[in-house]
Amino acid sequence: MATVIVDGKEVQLPPDRQLNGIEAARLAGVEIPHYCWHPGLSVVASCRMCLVECGTRDPKTGQVRMMPKLVPACQTPARDGTVFITNSEKVRHARAFVQEALLMDHPIDCPICDKAGECYLQDYYFQHGQPRRRADLNPFHSRKRVLGPTVVLFVDRCIMCSRCVRFCREVAGTGELMVVQRGAKEEIDVFPNHPLENKLSGNVVELCPVGALADRDFLYKQRVWFLRSHPGICTGCSAGCNIWIDENQDRIYRLRARENPHVNRWWICDPGRYGFHHVHSPKRLVGFQLRKSPDSPAEELTWEQAREQILSWAQQASGAAAVLSPHLTVEEAYLLCTWMRQVDPKSLLVLGPVPRQGEDEHFPGGFTIRAEKCPNRRGVVEVLQHFGGLVGPWEENLGQLLSASPGLLWVSGGYKTDWISTAEAQQLRAAAQHLVLQDLFPSPLSQVADLVLPGAAFAEKSGSYVNHAGRLQWAPWAIRPPVGARPEGQVYWELLRRPGLYQPQEVLQELADQVVAFQAVVVPVPQTGIDLHLPLLAQQPAETRGTQA
Amino acid sequence: MKPDDPAIRWVQMPSLGLSGRMYLPLLYQGLTTTLRHMFSPKVTQEYPDVEPKIDNPLIYRGVHRLNRDEQGRVKCVACFLCATACPAHCIDIVAAESPWPDRDKYPESFVIDELRCIYCGMCEEACPVDAIELTSLYNLTGRSREEMFFDKEKLLSVYDQTKDKEPSLMERAKRESATSSAQEEKAPMQSE
Repeated sequence: MATVIVDGKEVQLPPDRQLNGIEAARLAGVEIPHYCWHPGLSVVASCRMCLVECGTRDPKTGQVRMMPKLVPACQTPARDGTVFITNSEKVRHARAFVQEALLMDHPIDCPICDKAGECYLQDYYFQHGQPRRRADLNPFHSRKRVLGPTVVLFVDRCIMCSRCVRFCREVAGTGELMVVQRGAKEEIDVFPNHPLENKLSGNVVELCPVGALADRDFLYKQRVWFLRSHPGICTGCSAGCNIWIDENQDRIYRLRARENPHVNRWWICDPGRYGFHHVHSPKRLVGFQLRKSPDSPAEELTWEQAREQILSWAQQASGAAAVLSPHLTVEEAYLLCTWMRQVDPKSLLVLGPVPRQGEDEHFPGGFTIRAEKCPNRRGVVEVLQHFGGLVGPWEENLGQLLSASPGLLWVSGGYKTDWISTAEAQQLRAAAQHLVLQDLFPSPLSQVADLVLPGAAFAEKSGSYVNHAGRLQWAPWAIRPPVGARPEGQVYWELLRRPGLYQPQEVLQELADQVVAFQAVVVPVPQTGIDLHLPLLAQQPAETRGTQA
Repeated sequence: MKPDDPAIRWVQMPSLGLSGRMYLPLLYQGLTTTLRHMFSPKVTQEYPDVEPKIDNPLIYRGVHRLNRDEQGRVKCVACFLCATACPAHCIDIVAAESPWPDRDKYPESFVIDELRCIYCGMCEEACPVDAIELTSLYNLTGRSREEMFFDKEKLLSVYDQTKDKEPSLMERAKRESATSSAQEEKAPMQSE
């Protein structure tokens, strides 16, 4: 077993990975400051912030020989017997020097910088900088340059770590960004007429350790210390990227990537990053609406009245059917199916339309944007198969629904965009005696449904999603739904007459116990999710296991 | 601590003497104080009729004002530090990109709930550009709660009203440097 000594503490290196000095020190609980190094990018060792003392221990005599000069920890591989010293006077001196040199050209306009509060330059100044500035410099106004539709560059705030340049070359593969000029005049820039507009461009803002790259969508909206971060799952496509939802007072201000080595690693795509604005759209359905006859205007009613109405319809109905949207969480799908089967043991359960857009987009860095623009088709399909529902294409399912002509038809929506045509809505309306719709936005179907129940958007409900690769991931709620909307799970929970508030974790446990496809699930779900194939894969040798990008 | 704790020393109250029991010396002492105040100079101010004199308006903590810069624009850079420092959460700012080329960020809206404010002066201390200051205006009244939400225009008008009597920190520094014989040259700004 390879051993590394960090500040006198011995740590064992993992056998399967090659670590550098920064990662090895992390294992020992020592944080080495760094700007340019990022686990997902190539190593350039240009910022010189991670300089440490390094040496080797002779395996026979146990004698340690140190190198005379400091070395960048990010570029130094940790081998058996490598010795790192990160807290000596020499190292502290070097860090303070680097910090001082960076601040010489920095405008120090922290009060108006969006990064203030989560800025490495600020943090490292307090941790490693000198208590006093020796240079007599006044704060100044940074030059600003718009790099593309999503990103703006504050030129003078940049510390030239080149993370963004490497990201565009290595991960996005588009290489729009470059370093122009040399030495003290170095700047990040784009070629004229070639703006930064790849589909991963928002990541460079997150990568930027200082406030040089700013998100135009988030710029000046909120100071970061007002935001609270909640872990979540992006529902933009079936990749199921892990995100942080940053909100203040029930309003989402931005989404950030959350590291998950099995799914999205450190990145998320722009459509996902900026795909939260529909949550706060003024067009959203709010208030429960009952339409007594097809031509009469809808009237508002309370949730209690709506519930009684649904239950009375369910009692009288001859036959029931439900359309399960691929935007439902697996818990909600399970509860809806359970309730439908209670209403009518032979009820028809079908999968709703699955939105697809183009083809899967692969990026050189291994990131993929999926064509299937819904988070949970696989999860809903597994639940439907357990209940013997139809999981075919929507056209077939629609035909089955029309021929069944159920007494109570339950349709769950939750789509961000138009999902049903007027003709289909009319057909469904004509086929069903009572039509209940749960949706986010007005649609041709919401114009004709008997009862409209406004649902919750992705950040407003707890539940788990199964991504394209069969990984189940848990996302707790981050903000409260608007007044007059009710999370789907809570609705089903109350229709099933279960006591108290909706407990999705309880439902997930039930699913794990009852549905074979979910037998690998453990509650609470680990942060990186659970591979539902694991029980099957465990029987195979390790080499044949595929990795998921 | 329990009553039988050895650290507690128990003492007996001394019994009152004859004069103490008659209360007369104490009565005499009290009446002397009353009489002294009857003939000493009055310190009470008849407030609505007589305006109180504020010793140093520069350190008085009354109604807020938003200072203007040299060009008459709002000086605030919308950094939210006052809102962050405010213990009463009475400052509401909406920031936006400034319409001026030499400034990045400015407050599109800046509202202080004067009824919620506790006049602690933390906003003034937090401000990195000395844009928000507390004036010596103390008699703040209004007919409704809405009237007491002071917006950007109102706060700027407070500045216009008080700038001559209570110059802002920057103006005071400027005047001092102008009057002092040794003209110090201001350090040139780095950009431009």
